[in-house]
Amino acid sequence: MAVVVGHILLITTQVNTRRGVPVLEALTFGVFAEVQRATTGGLGSARDVWQNYFALQQTRQENQQLRTEVAQLRVGLQQERALAEQSRMLQKLLDMKTETPLKTTAAYVIAGGASPDFRTATIDKGTSDGLKPDMAVISPAGVVGRIILPTSRAAKIQLLIDRDAAAGAVTERGRAQGVVVGTGTSLRLDHVTGTADIKVGDRVVTSGIEGIYPKGFEIGQIESIERRSGDFSAVIIRPTVEFSSIEAVLVVLTPPVTQLSAPAADGRSGDGAR
Amino acid sequence: MRTAGVLIAIGLALALQTTLARFVVGGTTAIDLVLVTVVYIALTSGPVSGMLAGSLAGLIQDQLSTGVPGIGGLAKSVVGFVVGAIGQQFIITAALPRLVTFIAATAAYQVIFMGLYVVLGLRSFPSPWKAIATQALGNALVGMVAFTIIEAFPGVMERRRIGRRSRH
Repeated sequence: MAVVVGHILLITTQVNTRRGVPVLEALTFGVFAEVQRATTGGLGSARDVWQNYFALQQTRQENQQLRTEVAQLRVGLQQERALAEQSRMLQKLLDMKTETPLKTTAAYVIAGGASPDFRTATIDKGTSDGLKPDMAVISPAGVVGRIILPTSRAAKIQLLIDRDAAAGAVTERGRAQGVVVGTGTSLRLDHVTGTADIKVGDRVVTSGIEGIYPKGFEIGQIESIERRSGDFSAVIIRPTVEFSSIEAVLVVLTPPVTQLSAPAADGRSGDGAR
Repeated sequence: MRTAGVLIAIGLALALQTTLARFVVGGTTAIDLVLVTVVYIALTSGPVSGMLAGSLAGLIQDQLSTGVPGIGGLAKSVVGFVVGAIGQQFIITAALPRLVTFIAATAAYQVIFMGLYVVLGLRSFPSPWKAIATQALGNALVGMVAFTIIEAFPGVMERRRIGRRSRH
C-alpha cells in the first residue's frame, strides 16, 4: 500500500495539470488553501465573537453608565423644574408686592394645623417682623386668611376656609354684598339679600367692611346657588387659593382701616372670626 | 419606659399631623393622626393609658389649633378610655375588629367633639356626616397600616438577624 502511494506521489510530482502546474503542487496548494480558508474563517469568526463579546460587555457598561446619567439628569431636571416653579411663585409674590400699595412682608408656610377640625397654618414670620394679630394674609391667587397668634419668630394663620373664619365680600359683577364664611373645605356666601344679582361664575372679592382684609382682593367664584322661598339659602364659593398647596404668602402690614379709626381693646379678635 | 414611648408617639403624631396637614388641608380627607395614636395606645396599653394619652394629645391639639382648649382633650380622653376598656374586654387583634374599632372611635370622637361645640353654641356643623365618614375611613386605614408595620417590625428584625447568622 505504501509502495503504491509512493509511486503515485512520484508520478504526480512529474505530471503537470493542463494549466502547467504540477499536480502534487496544485493538490497540496488546493488542500492547504482550503485549510487556510477554514482556519482564517474560523479565526475570523472567533475574533468577531470575542470582539463582540467584549464590545457587548462595554456596551452594557456604557448602557449602565448612560442609565445612571439619565437618572441623574432626570433628578436634575426635576430640581430645575422645582426651582423654576419656586422662582415663578416668588416672582408672582414680588409682582404683587410691588403692585399693591399696601405694605407687605413675604413669609413661608412652615406647618399646617395640628387638628383637622381647624384649618390653620404656621408661617415663618412673627412679631419681630412686625406681624400683629388680625393682619390679613394674601397670596397672588387671593385671600388666604388672617394672623391669629404671632410669636416672635412664627405666626399662626387662620385660613379663610376654617369654620370660624369670615370675611366681608362683594360680587364683582352685581356688587352684591355678603359675608364669606368657611365650611372647613370650601366657602359659603351668607347674608345675601334675596334681590341681589348673583349668578354662577361671578367673582367674589373682599369688601373690606370687616376691617381686616384689604378691599378688592379675590376670594373665589360662585360655584352653586340654592334658593328657598325667594332667599338665597346656600351660595357656595370655590376659593381661588389652593389651600392644600400654599407655600409662600404676603402678610399685609398696613393696619386695617377700622382699627385706625377705632382701635380694639386687646387687638386680638376682629370681625374676621365669628 | 412606657410613658416615654407614649410621649414620643404623641409628639411624632403631632409633628406628622402638622407637616402632612398642609397637603390635605384643602381636601376632604382629613386624617387625624393624633386620634389614631390615641386609639393605638388605648388598645395596646389599656383604658387609663388611653385616657391620659387622649387627654394630653387633645389638649396639645387644642392649644395648637384655634379651638376651645379642653373640648378636643375631653373628647379624646373619653375615646381613649372607652377604646382601652373595650380592648381589655374583647380580643381585638384581627384586622376586622381593629378596623371597626378605628371607625367607631373616630365617629365617637367627632360626635363628642361636634356635640360639645354645638351644645355650647360655639360652632355649627351643617351636614357633617360625609366628613365624619371620610375621616373615619382614613383613620381606620392609617391605623391598620400602623398596626401592621409595628407588629411586623420585631419579626422582620428577627428574620434579618437569623439570616445574618446563617450566612456567617
